[in-house]
Amino acid sequence: MARSVTPQRKALNTAAAWAIGLLIFFPILWTIITSFKTEAQAISDPPVFLFFDWTLENYGAVMERSNYGRFLWNSIIIAGGSTLLGVIIAVPAAWSMAFVPSNRTKDILLWMLSTKMLPAVGVLYPMYLIFIKFGLLDSRTGLVIVLMLINLPIIVWMLYTYFREIPGEILEAARMDGATLKSEIIYILTPMAIPGIASTMLLNFILAWNEAFWTLNLTAAKAAPLTAFIASYSSPEGLFYAKLSAASTIAIAPILILGWFSQKQLVRGLTFGAVK
Amino acid sequence: MATKASRSAARVMMAPAVILLLGWMLVPLTMTLWFSFRKYLPLRGGDLGGAGFDNYLRFVSSSAFWPSVITTLLIVGSVLVITVCLGILLAMLLDQPMWGQGVVRILVIAPFFVMPTVSALVWKNIFMDPNNGLFAHLWRFFGADPVSWMSAASMPSIILIVSWQWLPFATLILLTAIQSLDGEQLEAAEMDGAPHLKRFWYIVLPHLSRAITIVILIQTIFLLSIFAEIFVTTGGAFGTKTLTYLIFQRVLESQNVGLGSAGGVYAIILANIVAIFLMRIVGKNLDA
Repeated sequence: MARSVTPQRKALNTAAAWAIGLLIFFPILWTIITSFKTEAQAISDPPVFLFFDWTLENYGAVMERSNYGRFLWNSIIIAGGSTLLGVIIAVPAAWSMAFVPSNRTKDILLWMLSTKMLPAVGVLYPMYLIFIKFGLLDSRTGLVIVLMLINLPIIVWMLYTYFREIPGEILEAARMDGATLKSEIIYILTPMAIPGIASTMLLNFILAWNEAFWTLNLTAAKAAPLTAFIASYSSPEGLFYAKLSAASTIAIAPILILGWFSQKQLVRGLTFGAVK
Repeated sequence: MATKASRSAARVMMAPAVILLLGWMLVPLTMTLWFSFRKYLPLRGGDLGGAGFDNYLRFVSSSAFWPSVITTLLIVGSVLVITVCLGILLAMLLDQPMWGQGVVRILVIAPFFVMPTVSALVWKNIFMDPNNGLFAHLWRFFGADPVSWMSAASMPSIILIVSWQWLPFATLILLTAIQSLDGEQLEAAEMDGAPHLKRFWYIVLPHLSRAITIVILIQTIFLLSIFAEIFVTTGGAFGTKTLTYLIFQRVLESQNVGLGSAGGVYAIILANIVAIFLMRIVGKNLDA
């Protein structure tokens, strides 16, 4: 919908959009700036914006306090593990739905989507019991499984929409040339599907990283990821704004960077292909 | 093109995902249903026998139930109105020609990637703290008394935080939809002298209607189960106890599993009503 407009109009658009963009981004920007202040500067009135002695001491303090590295590592393992496991299970399913569709394919896809709508709180206690029964409470394995299950419908759906864009003729040609199912998957589909698989993994890594119901309720100390670590700051303790900011910055920085690469996939993944 | 062999292979390949999701859906759901008909108090004797529909009646007649329903509807409704209206305006602005469009998009989308516990805590402390928060500084600068947001204006505060998190989502999806709008149609209307408002009302809005519906449905499903934002800010105090939070408290804090499970069944029914509409739209799209 690119239309030609006068330079004045374009300048006006630019000014308005930047002003609103910066306003929306401001809380994040302010958190990042605050993380480099001393605790006294962090609460000074009037607030200091850019002209202060930037310090890294909060990052040091956060790292020392309560073993920050372990929370970070838990987040990486849980988000990465659940994404990887989900993709391994979803690729064959999405492949067969995209290339060997049957009358029931649509129903199965919609049913999978419906499992995503189950409110977590409705099954909180059963999950709690199952976790205790199998010794999964406060374990990374348990969270990897649960987060894989809640994101599996999205993974299947995203992969399905990507796979459907791969032209079927190529497969037929390969089959005519006598390619087996195995070689078809390894030599033809996989190379064509890798961009789609990568985008799917990216979005699901982000969703799993930020998940804050099961990670808060099914972990205590051992397996708690960053969501739980940040939640531990909910009871204030003296001056802690700068440290809270530093902890928050480390928790969101990797995802902000990944997220900027996944804008397009976000729409596809979260609207189940209904908005293009 | 599908042979018999490839069909059975397809079934085998689908099996793990289908079986896992089936188990994920049925096992906990059956347990919740079972508990909801039992008098089950883990810390006070465990399973104390059948309870009929007692839990369902007690959950609805408890004094906390209706306030929690109203709180839930208020949060969901306000956030929907705010994010959809601002989202449409913002999407239309971002669609205009401008310099640095890519960067502005990134700035606008960023809040969606902030984990809920971080955004809730940052807003609560660094912005809304009545003594040291940025808003308190701002209020004092203008000679006003700082507001204790989380107690005196708890609902608007939570609605603000949640709207901030979800505005990027609405904007991004509506922007994607606007970009698929046929520019020629708009230009033709412009040449025919249709004023801005009419063009918006008769061309842009109808084109967006499907995207708006989808935004509303998806957001409703996520907003109904907001948890972390309340958990780390008010802990359900000051009239911010949603249905989700009430169930959480019944189950884990007061350890009345039977009662909590009955609440859980209500929540599942509520979510399913919304989900049915969403599935219809998505299903239609699959045929196309």
